[in-house]
Amino acid sequence: MSRITLSNLAHSYLANPTSDADFALKEMDHVWDDGGAYALLGASGCGKTTLLNIISGLVRPSQGRVLFGDQDVTDAATTERNIAQVFQFPVVYDTMTVRDNLAFPLRNRGMDPVYIAKRVGQIAKMIGMEDILSKKARGLTADAKQKISLGRGMVREDVNAILFDEPLTVIDPHMKWELRTQLKQLHREFGHTMIYVTHDQTEALTFAQKVVVMHEGRVVQMGTPEELFETPEHTFVGYFIGSPGMNLLDAEIKGSEAQLQGVSVALGAAYGPTTGRTQIGIRPEYVTISDEGLPVAVKSVEDVGRHRIVRAEFAGQPLNAILAEGLSVPTDARVTFAAAKINVYANDWRVQPMGT
Amino acid sequence: MEKTQNNKAWFLVLPVLVLVAFSAILPLMTVVNYAFNDTFGQNEFFWEGIGWFEEMVHSDRLHEALGRQILFSVIILLIQVPLGIFIALNMPKSGFWASFCLVLMALPLLVPFNVVGTIWQIFGRVDIGLLGHTLAAMGLDYNYTNDPLDAWITVIVMDVWHWTSLVALLCYAGLQSIPQAYYQAAKIDQATRWSVFRYIELPKMKGVLLIAVLLRFMDSFMIYTEPFVVTGGGPGNSTTFLSIDLAKMATGQFDLGPAAAFSIMYFLVILLISWVFYTVMTNLDREENR
Repeated sequence: MSRITLSNLAHSYLANPTSDADFALKEMDHVWDDGGAYALLGASGCGKTTLLNIISGLVRPSQGRVLFGDQDVTDAATTERNIAQVFQFPVVYDTMTVRDNLAFPLRNRGMDPVYIAKRVGQIAKMIGMEDILSKKARGLTADAKQKISLGRGMVREDVNAILFDEPLTVIDPHMKWELRTQLKQLHREFGHTMIYVTHDQTEALTFAQKVVVMHEGRVVQMGTPEELFETPEHTFVGYFIGSPGMNLLDAEIKGSEAQLQGVSVALGAAYGPTTGRTQIGIRPEYVTISDEGLPVAVKSVEDVGRHRIVRAEFAGQPLNAILAEGLSVPTDARVTFAAAKINVYANDWRVQPMGT
Repeated sequence: MEKTQNNKAWFLVLPVLVLVAFSAILPLMTVVNYAFNDTFGQNEFFWEGIGWFEEMVHSDRLHEALGRQILFSVIILLIQVPLGIFIALNMPKSGFWASFCLVLMALPLLVPFNVVGTIWQIFGRVDIGLLGHTLAAMGLDYNYTNDPLDAWITVIVMDVWHWTSLVALLCYAGLQSIPQAYYQAAKIDQATRWSVFRYIELPKMKGVLLIAVLLRFMDSFMIYTEPFVVTGGGPGNSTTFLSIDLAKMATGQFDLGPAAAFSIMYFLVILLISWVFYTVMTNLDREENR
């Protein structure tokens, strides 16, 4: 087990990348703490899998170094890295029994058969497959196969890290919940560094201590779920996390006030001058609908059970609000924002308030 | 879902059945006719019963040809299957060189059988052939027209040259169907090269390999043209395989009765062995699925 450092790392699948757009992963410097549970969150094609494959050594980065602890493993082959990875779609060795599948990584390491039998027993219990250990793997259903893949990923106790590449895609919803809970428990028990790739925010937020949000080949934010919610560093984070995502409205910033189409809105802090496209971001949870504040045109109201989502427009820009159960939308609706919860963005990146 | 039963669809097979009847079944019946009768021409037949069959079953000549035939098929299967797998494993997976290899491998398969025979007949000649002359110049006593061993080697090398591509291409197709994730998972699991072959590549190739073995067995068991062109079955009878012997008997000696009985048994043997092959392989498959 060790800390994983990505230093000055970037990757392009092209032989001679010229522009920024040629890079599947833009230059990044990150440290993944030993024993941390990370979720790597982002839309499809944002470079999550590339990053994972670089860590496991399946892909060699076109620039930069990968360090496990203090050891440079950039050029080390996957087999030398002692890392476990579970792929999106199940990979099982068809001709082997479930038991042999689970034992395979241990046997390849030449472990003691007694230990292997014991360990395989533990893992089988965890994934609930004790009774079919002697069955051939090929006749099993997709989710059973994926459980075997997960089990094989976790069977080695001494791995440097366990990487999960959207592992629960093919699993039944109720089983998903159970397996995720087991993964968390396993993490608490053994303290492996775990990196969990997903595009599902619920999965990311429930699994991880720290969520890493990627967008267009860049890590835009690495933080706790709370940080991602309250202070998204990039408009993409605001939009991607939350349901619905953060409202973004074009504004002009003057000190601790924002001008929205001539209406002034109080901000929680004072800001210096901004450059580029300036927006304020406010979560729908912090938008209050009443008969005072900014005038909005209500487009629709969606009842999602616990609360209702009001879809409205302000000066042609969409604005969503969460409305508590029991409240009604006034005919001439207006909105107010919780000043302390407003973030300011210039060219999509968050602007730090003055004095912080 | 309930499937509707409609046996009228069988009538659609009728045209093919008629066609096959004319092209294959009726001619085969004349063979059957010859097998049970004796004739001295003028379309006069005398009932012979199973006499020809009895004669053939006890014929030393047929036993020897059968022995050579089995030896030949076993040898070429033992060479071509592992070699074909080996070539397939080492072929480039994509890009220009993959296409290049595919074309190169397909070339021998496109050469007509008698041309293959002619190529090797000339290639192996000691006086003008590149191979034969080179070997002779190196001081090797190589002469496929005199030495039975040299003749065998030539015929086998020729068959390997001609047909290994088929095995290789089939295996290559099998290998191409393996998703990249399997290789990645094997690396993650720290599998050795042998384990990757044993547990990933071989199982995925099994289906096509079964077909390759079956095709190569049937083809080699009825091989005629190439050895006939190269050695003519000689020296002596050393490369006279079943079909060459059959042709000698039928068109050389005009012993149509025994030849017909021979060919029917020949046909049944191939059918039987192919059926055994197929049954054994599919049963293995079913057992693994259990």
